[in-house]
Amino acid sequence: MAKRAPLMRDVALRGIEIAPSQVRGGVRLVPLLREAVKEDLRFLQRDYKEAATIVSLDGELRAPGVKYVGYVPHGLVVSWSDDGSPVAAFGAQMARPDGKRLGRGPGAVRIAHRMVKREEGNRLRMLPLHIAMEGFLSLCFEGPDVAWSEYSKHAISTGLSPRWERVASGYAIPGLADALRVFEIHERQVGVLVFVADALASAFVVSHPEDYRVLHRSVIEDFFGELMIHYGRLPPTGHLSKLGMDDGRVEGVADLVSEIERMRAGWASFHGFMAEGLLARPLSTKQVYQAGPFALQRFMTDLRPSEENHIGEAIVRDDGELEYLKTYRLSSAQSRRAFLLLQLAKARWNVDAAAAGMGTTRDDFVQRLAAAGFGYLLKEHVLKAARA
Amino acid sequence: MSRPDEPTSPPAPKGASAAKLAPASASRAETVAREDLVMFINACFSCTGQREFYGDARGQSVSIEFLHEYILGNYRRLYARTLAAGINHFNMAQIVQGLLATGREARPEHREEEGALIRAALRVLPPQRAFRVLGALREARVNNRRARAVARDYLAGRPDVHFDAVKYRAKVRAAAVHAHLKLPGEVGPFLFRGWNQRVYETPLFEKFRAGHYAAASIYDLPFSIAEGLARKHEVPRDVFLSKIAGQMTAGEKMRLTEAAARERRPVDLKFDLARAPLTKLALYALSLHPDERAPRRDELHLALQRSAARAFSRAPSPLGKVAAVLDRSYSASGSSEKRRRPLAVALAASYLLRAAAREYRAFWTPSLQGDGDELLVQARGQSALGRPLAEALAWGADLVVIVSDGFENDPPSGAEEVSRVFRARLDPERRTSIVHMNPVFDEEDYAPRALGAAIPTVGLRDAEDLLTMLGFARFADGMAKLDELEGYLASRVRELLGRAPPRAGAKP
Repeated sequence: MAKRAPLMRDVALRGIEIAPSQVRGGVRLVPLLREAVKEDLRFLQRDYKEAATIVSLDGELRAPGVKYVGYVPHGLVVSWSDDGSPVAAFGAQMARPDGKRLGRGPGAVRIAHRMVKREEGNRLRMLPLHIAMEGFLSLCFEGPDVAWSEYSKHAISTGLSPRWERVASGYAIPGLADALRVFEIHERQVGVLVFVADALASAFVVSHPEDYRVLHRSVIEDFFGELMIHYGRLPPTGHLSKLGMDDGRVEGVADLVSEIERMRAGWASFHGFMAEGLLARPLSTKQVYQAGPFALQRFMTDLRPSEENHIGEAIVRDDGELEYLKTYRLSSAQSRRAFLLLQLAKARWNVDAAAAGMGTTRDDFVQRLAAAGFGYLLKEHVLKAARA
Repeated sequence: MSRPDEPTSPPAPKGASAAKLAPASASRAETVAREDLVMFINACFSCTGQREFYGDARGQSVSIEFLHEYILGNYRRLYARTLAAGINHFNMAQIVQGLLATGREARPEHREEEGALIRAALRVLPPQRAFRVLGALREARVNNRRARAVARDYLAGRPDVHFDAVKYRAKVRAAAVHAHLKLPGEVGPFLFRGWNQRVYETPLFEKFRAGHYAAASIYDLPFSIAEGLARKHEVPRDVFLSKIAGQMTAGEKMRLTEAAARERRPVDLKFDLARAPLTKLALYALSLHPDERAPRRDELHLALQRSAARAFSRAPSPLGKVAAVLDRSYSASGSSEKRRRPLAVALAASYLLRAAAREYRAFWTPSLQGDGDELLVQARGQSALGRPLAEALAWGADLVVIVSDGFENDPPSGAEEVSRVFRARLDPERRTSIVHMNPVFDEEDYAPRALGAAIPTVGLRDAEDLLTMLGFARFADGMAKLDELEGYLASRVRELLGRAPPRAGAKP
């Protein structure tokens, strides 16, 4: 049996090289190329047409328990082999959807069993990006574990439920569809970094170039932070600083070729620098599923309320190579909410201690909680006192 | 040689580079005039107002219409002379229309030449386009003595007016009504009195009439007319196609085969590949799926070679050691209106250069897969022009021709940097020439997109024109003066006007 893949400490894009970007309007797409292509992990898109999908996270399909409700336009079906041999090509019979469909027409709803579900053989169905989002929503989901008097009855008994966040579809980002249409996919390309107005919006990586070619357009169906809609309306970025050649290093015609390679390397390191908000941040990671030598994990960058923060999910091979990645950039309100919850959890839900930990007063902290949308956790008189 | 009319309105479009420094010898106005004209002629080679990979049809037509108005308003004489520069049919039609609509502004001393150019241009245009120009005059409510005379002369010069009256019935009628034309023989009654009122003595008219009542009579009519009647008589498609094949032009056969293959309902129409023009042939070859192309490789290869040799023999200007950097990136797939056109132009250019050069090597980018057979080329992958250009220079070519849409991304401005450093450090005497041929018009630049200042860019219509366009490249370079450009245009005008009216065959 293969050894377990380690938990990801950072998104270092192991085994992947960055290529120069392609710009269209305000959207910059940076291709990611795989250095050595392996055939033992393949992806297939499975389309869902329903308006909403209800995922039962624990227990059976219709049994009571925690549910995740969201718009899930497609799932990914992953096939792998344990011994590194190539995975057989998928057939069309894979289009059969899983779960159950309720109702018909535009109001239909699908109920799915778990975010990640093993199907026959070495095959796994997962709901991309929703794995990460579910992890984010379930952050401190249990609510206060000590019945402090500030918390409402509801908060003590059911925790944060129902917890919800709002996201934007890729279709809502001006120019993204067009940028994906004219993008020229490289031969060894397995992924892409999406920048809107030169801010990193998302990263997407799969294992095999052929799968990427098929899944390239699916990026438009992913969800993005609402901020990206506004960024997409900014004037086109155009070219950043032009990376050129150094005249002095060219002595003969052969040097021109090496100089071109140097230019490409310059672009790569520059894009790496642009994506540092994701690539150079420590992560808090959780194992979700272990499939042969591959580990499906979800992660969140360490939360910094004033900076960009990402959540995501990844599949890592046991030697640390990144085989799958999909990330979502939290909006600043979402970062703030997560940050406040973590502060509370760190102080064991004691409001005074959490306020002290942040170096602020109790009233201010309560007001910030209420402003972030967590007023429903606190009793009415606590809120009133803070506002007075 | 007269000066061009002075620019009357100052606003030059973006890309006219009025800000560029004029050489000390030439006046500023002259530089602006030369750059405007080069931009316009370049645009006229590549733009058809249709959708491109990056630009939509609306943007393309707005952009080219503006250019036409701007040049017509400021440089009328050179605008007319552009008709002789070998530009594409779409822009020729636009120019003819523009000139006829504003006849009053022509200077008396230029009138004669302008009229001759218009007449010659209409003769060069395919009949459906020429008739459409005459019809468009009606829509634009342009009706003057010259426009009527032009219509009259055009119709008089047609080899078979009866055939035109059947095949282009609505268009001929519109032109005749608008220009008060006197029509010979039975053409008038056929067009205006209701064709079904009587029996005709002209065989084709009689066939047309009979074709409405008997399916057997439709097979002597032009294909496009018979097609509608076949529908009326509910003739099965395959029966119809097998019987009408003799009436179809080569272009019609090729187009139909392509369209049928696209819809996965292949038809079997025999046509002579080797007779097709080079770019058309390349377009046809690329329209076949690679799995279908591979078994027919030798046949296609031979046809392309013959067609290239024929194109070369028409303008024989042998070249030395030539390298071609050919862009087959995904954007070469064109648009739904111009399917794979940039790729086809690159493929055809490769065959033509191989026929014309003493020594030739093609650098496809991204490099070809498998055994590097360029006939199996597909539009896929990124645009990396810098590296193949550097390799072509390292190979030691005297002439490097880049065929690309000018969008480069791996890395951006790679070709620009390679050419700049090459000129600055390795080839200051400019022994090697680098020319960029661009089959795609970029609406934002009002010109085919360039690859930096060190590489002259010229628009390319068909690959067959490539050798002629090499001569035009020195104007795009900014090295030649306005006088030379005028001289070049004047010589092309003499060529066009001196040529006997071509016998534009009704069917080949």
